[in-house]
Amino acid sequence: MIDHNEPSRRLADSKDDASLDEARLRQQAIGVKLRQMFDQVVNEPVPDDFLDILRRADAKSKGGAE
Amino acid sequence: MSGGAASTDDIAFKRELVGLIPHLRAFARTLCGDATAADDLAQDAMLKAWDARASYQMGTNMKAWTFMILRNQFYSEKRRSWRQTQLDQEAAERTLMAVDDPESPVALDELRMALSTLPDEQREALVLVGAGGFAYEEAAEICGCAVGTVKSRVSRARRALQASLQAGAYEKDGRPAGDAMGSILGEADRLSGAR
Repeated sequence: MIDHNEPSRRLADSKDDASLDEARLRQQAIGVKLRQMFDQVVNEPVPDDFLDILRRADAKSKGGAE
Repeated sequence: MSGGAASTDDIAFKRELVGLIPHLRAFARTLCGDATAADDLAQDAMLKAWDARASYQMGTNMKAWTFMILRNQFYSEKRRSWRQTQLDQEAAERTLMAVDDPESPVALDELRMALSTLPDEQREALVLVGAGGFAYEEAAEICGCAVGTVKSRVSRARRALQASLQAGAYEKDGRPAGDAMGSILGEADRLSGAR
């Protein structure tokens, strides 16, 4: 989540302040994209293989009772 | 085979494990780069977690526990090095094509590329903390290192990502990646407005 409490575009007296703000803004932006990238895979439907493999393992651990 | 109590635990364990599959896949994808190799890794980790269920204490953090299994699996396979060749540029490009989605903003692919150039331990630290929703302490447990180490890896990863996105360390479609930072900034503005 981006924190907008900090004024990101205030006119800084020194160049250092301005570039610090800029760096923070860029880091926040990268953070947002990173979560978006991760969530994109999280939101994909799970391939059937996964559940099949787990079901087989479960059946095996029950001694083939299933 | 074992008693009724054990099966009740198994059912609860299985339900929770199934719920974690999407997260395991996402984490594996960031470690492997290649989507097929990532799903293999996630399946291996899921099976290992299932086999080790007796050693898991219900009510503790199963997500962290399974992520630890997954990353340990990743590194032990890497040590055996039969998957190392899949971490090359070609594999990264195949992944980009595999996830190519016209709706997906260009900046996401470029971030993915930049991420793939980071050292493994920096990438995993950044992903766990920055996307996986883990606290530094949890990430340290998952990675088996000190909290301070995770913090320094995350900050080095952030600096490296930013530098690589700004400097155009790579190109896409002959376009300098300097554009990537600009489009990421634009996207972030839009998203933060929407959330």
